[in-house]
Amino acid sequence: MEETFDVIILGAGAAGLTAGIYTSRAKLSTLILNEGAIGGQMTLTNEIANYPGVHTTSGYALATTMKEQAKSFGCKIKSNVSINSYDLQSDIKTIQLANGQVFKGKSIIIAAGGVPRTLPIPGEEQFRGKGISFCATCDGEFFTDKEVVVVGGGNSALEEAVSLSKHARKITIVHQFDHFQAFKHAIQDAESNPKINFIMQSELREFRGNLNLESVLVEHLPTGEKQVIKTDGVFLFIGYTPKTEAFKEILPLNTRGEIPVDAEMKTSIDGVFAAGDCIAKRYRQVTTSVAEGTIAALSVAEYLNKKN
Amino acid sequence: MKMLRTAIHEIETAAELEKLIQENEQVMVCCGRMGPMCIPVYETMEELEEERPSIKFYSMSFDTPEAAPIRNAPMCRGFMGLPFTVYYKNGQMVEATTSIQSREQIESILDAQFN
Repeated sequence: MEETFDVIILGAGAAGLTAGIYTSRAKLSTLILNEGAIGGQMTLTNEIANYPGVHTTSGYALATTMKEQAKSFGCKIKSNVSINSYDLQSDIKTIQLANGQVFKGKSIIIAAGGVPRTLPIPGEEQFRGKGISFCATCDGEFFTDKEVVVVGGGNSALEEAVSLSKHARKITIVHQFDHFQAFKHAIQDAESNPKINFIMQSELREFRGNLNLESVLVEHLPTGEKQVIKTDGVFLFIGYTPKTEAFKEILPLNTRGEIPVDAEMKTSIDGVFAAGDCIAKRYRQVTTSVAEGTIAALSVAEYLNKKN
Repeated sequence: MKMLRTAIHEIETAAELEKLIQENEQVMVCCGRMGPMCIPVYETMEELEEERPSIKFYSMSFDTPEAAPIRNAPMCRGFMGLPFTVYYKNGQMVEATTSIQSREQIESILDAQFN
């Protein structure tokens, strides 16, 4: 007979793993199903220096510790799965994988996280890894003494641009607004760097090249004027989009595709909770996801207590 | 010296790489670092190692000079994103990808190249 878990957690980022630690430690039978790599967005961060109680760590190390903690309490984790369908409305929730496996749960925590936003313009697919990158720390040295473009205006964009200046000859930051959304210190560091130039109120329209990326077409938004900028590489840091596509027919989502929840992380479906970067919220940090994962887990425990 | 903290076997020398691709019919090697674009590929390989026993899965540090046969391979020409992931069949490189790859992308290559 197939096992019905007390809770199935969808996602193994900071929110999902934290929820798994709490529910399994509370002796609730817990299964985490994860469509990507364990750790989620955390693993995209090389250095985390603001996680309370830890001087400095890497996202990978923090995620690995969280995974081991969850497993030590009996949490089962299946990663890199492909989910085919969800039945969340019934009292017992059902998740079916693409390989036909079926998992049942008395409750669900959706902690699907987010995925880096890409630019849906010509050439993006063709030049990914051949000029287009999402990680300055990983790929910066391929651009030693070359010219690169950084797209974005948040902390990641400006900090990675400064990081790239160790390798690249010239960096041009292209940003859609007339101001940056980054912290003041990040803006100051970028503005005082002699290798960094700025093209504001502009967006990329096309990636061009042959075997590798050679140039980008940039449009100045107020005037519509277009210019071709020769470049050896483009680094994209334009935020994240919630990974909620699979739930759009099941749950009401807001205009940004996020799942609205109440203060207890409840969604509009009984027994279905959500936490982390897939929910409607303003601040997206490892610490906020950890907090939401905790609340969702405690809310699940209370929900199951009331049902029994 | 091992540089990567993964559960899959890390190849340390060019001679070992050559020996493994000659001795095994189907080989996948992820040549990278412990960075955010590389780790998801290693994790997928760790899981596929259990599911596809006929294929040999290995990692190799991008920073060792011993990885030159992968870094300088004609199929990796123009690659500017880690990891370089390469696939060998009967001792020959048959496919190579640059930057992060999803499980679906990796499996489609394994299915196409190794049946």
